Amino acid sequence: MADIVQQPATGSQNLQQAVQARAKAKRRVRLFLLLPALGIIGIFGLAPLSIALIYSFLEPGTYGGVEWSFSTDAYVQFLFERDIFDDTLGFNSAYLQIFGRSFGLAILTMCGTLMLGFPVAYFIAARPPEQRNAWLFAITLPFWTNLLIRTYSMLLIVRDEGFINLALMKLGVIGAPMQMLYTDGAVLAGLVYSYLPFMILPIYASLEKFDFALLEAGHDLYASRIQVFRHIIIPISRPGIVAGCALVLIPALGAYITPELLGGGKKLMIGNLIAMQFGSGRNWPFGSAAALILMAVVLIALLLSLRAGAEKENRHG
Amino acid sequence: MNSKLFKAAVTSVIALTAVQAQAEGKLNIYNWGNYTNPEMIKKFEAQYDIDVTLDGYDSNETMLAKVKEGGTGYDIVVPGDYMVAIMVEEGLLAEINASEMDNFKNLDPNWIDVYWDPGRKYSVPYQWGTTSFTVDADVYGGDINTLEIVFNPPAELKGRINMLNDMNDVINAGLRYLDYPRCNSNPEQMKQLLDLLLKAKDDWRTMDYAVIEKLTSKDVDLSQSWNGAAMRARNDRPTLKYAYPKEGFTGWMDNVAVLADAPNMENAKLFVNFMMDPENAALTSNFARYANGVLGSDKFMDAEMLDAPEIVMPADAPAPDFVKPCDQDVVELYNKVWTRLKQ
Repeated sequence: MADIVQQPATGSQNLQQAVQARAKAKRRVRLFLLLPALGIIGIFGLAPLSIALIYSFLEPGTYGGVEWSFSTDAYVQFLFERDIFDDTLGFNSAYLQIFGRSFGLAILTMCGTLMLGFPVAYFIAARPPEQRNAWLFAITLPFWTNLLIRTYSMLLIVRDEGFINLALMKLGVIGAPMQMLYTDGAVLAGLVYSYLPFMILPIYASLEKFDFALLEAGHDLYASRIQVFRHIIIPISRPGIVAGCALVLIPALGAYITPELLGGGKKLMIGNLIAMQFGSGRNWPFGSAAALILMAVVLIALLLSLRAGAEKENRHG
Repeated sequence: MNSKLFKAAVTSVIALTAVQAQAEGKLNIYNWGNYTNPEMIKKFEAQYDIDVTLDGYDSNETMLAKVKEGGTGYDIVVPGDYMVAIMVEEGLLAEINASEMDNFKNLDPNWIDVYWDPGRKYSVPYQWGTTSFTVDADVYGGDINTLEIVFNPPAELKGRINMLNDMNDVINAGLRYLDYPRCNSNPEQMKQLLDLLLKAKDDWRTMDYAVIEKLTSKDVDLSQSWNGAAMRARNDRPTLKYAYPKEGFTGWMDNVAVLADAPNMENAKLFVNFMMDPENAALTSNFARYANGVLGSDKFMDAEMLDAPEIVMPADAPAPDFVKPCDQDVVELYNKVWTRLKQ
């Protein structure tokens, strides 16, 4: 900039300056227009995260809250513990086990919603356009009801004296009620039911504009049904599948109500573990640390899957 | 200073301001959910011309976490016994000197010199009860007054048990069964406790606060329970019997207290005094189904409350055990045991 000012101004330089000034003004306007959005991200996104980050490096207060002295105990505690009974520092798998259970359940939920959701999305996309909205409406309809109420209704259906058991016993299929409620299967069914629309909608969006004539073209070129599926349908719907998986996996990891209501509360999930630290556990730093570790793991997994997705796209491209 | 004169002056000043400035007549109550009789609130509003707002919480710890952050705008909270002790220590409660209030004379003397607030400087009784368990006597016909059927259940109760999803309630019950002291930091005893809980957990179906619903839906036949909840469940399932185990059971009391930063301090004190009136205490009991600590309130209570086996303890039952707040190292140990139990 400095040498531009020293040199005598020529026409083209004037123009250049004017363009630069204009670009600068534009940038300023853009920044100004972005301010509300940035402000919201800052206040409601970054600020709470920073608080969690700071708290995770402090010591727990006697009755909840934090003591303002630096400590990495919260993170050490996640993997190691002073033995309850002889005070040696040893590896502790309790929290990893809880994380493992939550991840396992979330991944199963993701697979379940994908297996159920893909055919549904494909089915809707293959309907004539004027029918599709009615189908989408039917998919989103349960979402108008609160999650707690939907989960509770599920409980009424599968419990010992619930709808399924009573119906089966009336029909004479079973003599005594099957114990379906308060099992891992009940939790999985509840999660799949809750998150199914999150899988259907993005896949539908990616298939919506799909030209089904391409399938016929594939068959004309002697592709088998499986080949058509692998080489045409899957690549076209990949963005939808990836988005759907992320949309299901992430909230399923933090699921709180469903495991609590349908699982019977005998086993901890990540969500319950974190909540406990801020209540009767009186260990806010550990709660913050556990929440951040969960976030980091999800973020890394997401980045890896995005990168893998991008590479795949390049190869196809 | 002549305290009678002072009181009269204060009362008239309050009365005047209440009449003059309606907008200032406000009171914000933060109480456990589904625990406040709307009739009682209406009566208070009419009597003092004060607008009451009500907010709810589900555990002492939730309330503490919120109040600790400060600036909640709440005037009245209803902490449990040990939580009063914690909040006094943390300087969160206002010293209201309840013993100088008009209605203090109505209090049952047993509830005045309590460990969490000796002499009642900060709080007055709201409701009190016990935490034990309740069993369907048709399913299990044997002796129910023992923790044996919780920790080593007979065949008919295996897999038919709900425990409260509460670290302290479960651990305390286990410690009583093993006859070890509460707030236990003895590693050997805690290890035995963990083994006991892990073994018993296989026979438990659920660990959940929703006691009434678990029992009335017949998901379980035995549930750890508060006495009032047991009474409400018995309404729907008359075969339920509330146990007074010989090994002991928890007693608790929730208390009306005023926050140190209460915006409507004088109205809050009016409410504290109001709650010690026998008729008003009875209104709460009739709603929440627990006993209160106010003498003469039985006259106003529903008839079925007066002889309910959940409220009137048999003469041979052990005295309820009011458990003090445990030290931080004990809480850490309990946390680890609890996490191991549910990992």
